[in-house]
Amino acid sequence: MPQGEFFNPEFETMNRAQIEALQLERLKKTVEHCYNGSKFYKQRLDSVGVKPEDIKSLDDLKRIPFTTKQDLRDTYPFGMASVPLSQCTRLHSSSGTTGNPTVILHTQKDLEQWANAVARCLWMVGCRPDDVFQNTSGYGMFTGGLGFQYGAELLGMLTVPAAAGNTMRQLKFFTDFGTTVVHAIPSYASRIYEIMCEKGIDPRRDTKLRTLVIGAEPHSEDTRRRIEEMLGVKAYNSFGMSEMCGPGVAFECKEQNGLHIWEDYYIVEIVDPDTLEPVPDGTIGELVLTTINREAMPLLRYRTRDLTRILPGKCPCGREHIRLDRMKGRSDDMIILKGVNIFPIQIETILMQFKELASDYLITLETLEDNDAMTVEVELRDMFIDDYAALQRLEKEITRQLHDEILITPKVRLVPKGSLPKSEGKAVRVKDLRKKF
Amino acid sequence: MTVQQLSIFIENKSGTLVKVLQILKQAGIQLIASTIADTAEYGICRIICSEPARAYQMLKDAGVAVSLCEVFAIELNDEPGKAADAIELFAREGISIAYLYSFLLGGKGVLIFRTDNAERAREVILANKLSYIEEKDLSKFQ
Repeated sequence: MPQGEFFNPEFETMNRAQIEALQLERLKKTVEHCYNGSKFYKQRLDSVGVKPEDIKSLDDLKRIPFTTKQDLRDTYPFGMASVPLSQCTRLHSSSGTTGNPTVILHTQKDLEQWANAVARCLWMVGCRPDDVFQNTSGYGMFTGGLGFQYGAELLGMLTVPAAAGNTMRQLKFFTDFGTTVVHAIPSYASRIYEIMCEKGIDPRRDTKLRTLVIGAEPHSEDTRRRIEEMLGVKAYNSFGMSEMCGPGVAFECKEQNGLHIWEDYYIVEIVDPDTLEPVPDGTIGELVLTTINREAMPLLRYRTRDLTRILPGKCPCGREHIRLDRMKGRSDDMIILKGVNIFPIQIETILMQFKELASDYLITLETLEDNDAMTVEVELRDMFIDDYAALQRLEKEITRQLHDEILITPKVRLVPKGSLPKSEGKAVRVKDLRKKF
Repeated sequence: MTVQQLSIFIENKSGTLVKVLQILKQAGIQLIASTIADTAEYGICRIICSEPARAYQMLKDAGVAVSLCEVFAIELNDEPGKAADAIELFAREGISIAYLYSFLLGGKGVLIFRTDNAERAREVILANKLSYIEEKDLSKFQ
């Protein structure tokens, strides 16, 4: 039962010793469950000679090998499940058709726990049952949709699954339904404000907006402050990823100084991405997470590839669950644009199917009028035809196929051969000029 | 009836045209006519020149996106209205002109153009006994 500022007071107010005792108990259970339920993990643990009973302290976690996204791909679709499929009630899968996607399975209890984590986050920033929550996230496979939907409903808010796009309709809902809390990616929050200005809507005067939840897209403190100023709201940073259910993994409290990660759900490690050795608290490294509150598909020491650090010191809010700094980037080449995860190889695969194109390309990410945008420049192999219309048709077709693959519409530019920068050895394929960090 | 034309893909950026023209200069290729239409980001530079086959190879070797194609070249007296009369013949047959440019050669006007139907355009030229030039006619003037 919620109490004061806490949705799960029992867990949220634990001190370090209590948190760590609970983590050890749950880790032991999880390892045993994986070992007995998942062929993949049995092999993994056997390969390093670790049996579930060997896990006697949190430190023993280090004896378990890392799990990677490649492991998820290799075991696609159901190879990593720790329960029979008949016990699963939901599946989320990554986008993209290049190579195997990844699948995350959930039991009913997993979904309940996920909703609980999201509700806990939203309660923490002041959401209450008399709030109206509007979710502008894409639904379907994108976990920001259903993830927030179930969490907001569990908290007891009137929840509007407005989904992505159609800004005019979003604005109508704001005013007609008295929306007080909105979940949006940062670039869309800016977009909403632009349209409000065009339509003469003053967010402070004409809406009841109070709280904004932003995430799924790298953004700077400046961006957050600007969005708060524009919309007259408090904006809180949300962190999640589909491998860890989705949203609800870590969330800012009212202090807006770091994201509390729920340590009754996850064991956090920060490692050097090259040596894979732990880095001291406060040092930036790759976030590695072990799920300790999941049935269908627990992940042991999952390399998120997100770079961050643990903020030292105690948070004035009273929660002792550690705080992560806002994400500092990636230790692989994954691009996060408008909440969509994109690997350059997906773009490359599409481009290379066009015989008219040479093999060099450059992906540029920029913030244009507060909107993050992608431009794909690609070299024309040859003047295959002496005709503007044909060049335009080619651009259009490349754009369409890229959109089908990455779900984002990039601007495609044909450039002459030899005009893109080439670096020694591995060519630079991605230029990120976005305002962030 | 046709001459060879180089079509070069050029980025709309300062210096890119110079690079192409320098290559032709160094090879001793003479320009006879050229045209560039611009769009926001790129253009196609079309060139009629001496030794088009060699020019094409030079550009290709330099990594320039270039094609060599045949375009119609008809000759007109350098008088008002001649172009209108000639083009009308094609319009009447429902043949569209994709692009067209002109230049003077030995006191005569030359129209260079591409149509959406080369075969029918050829018939129109022959049926109306339009005067035309060939690749070899260009070399006379160099």
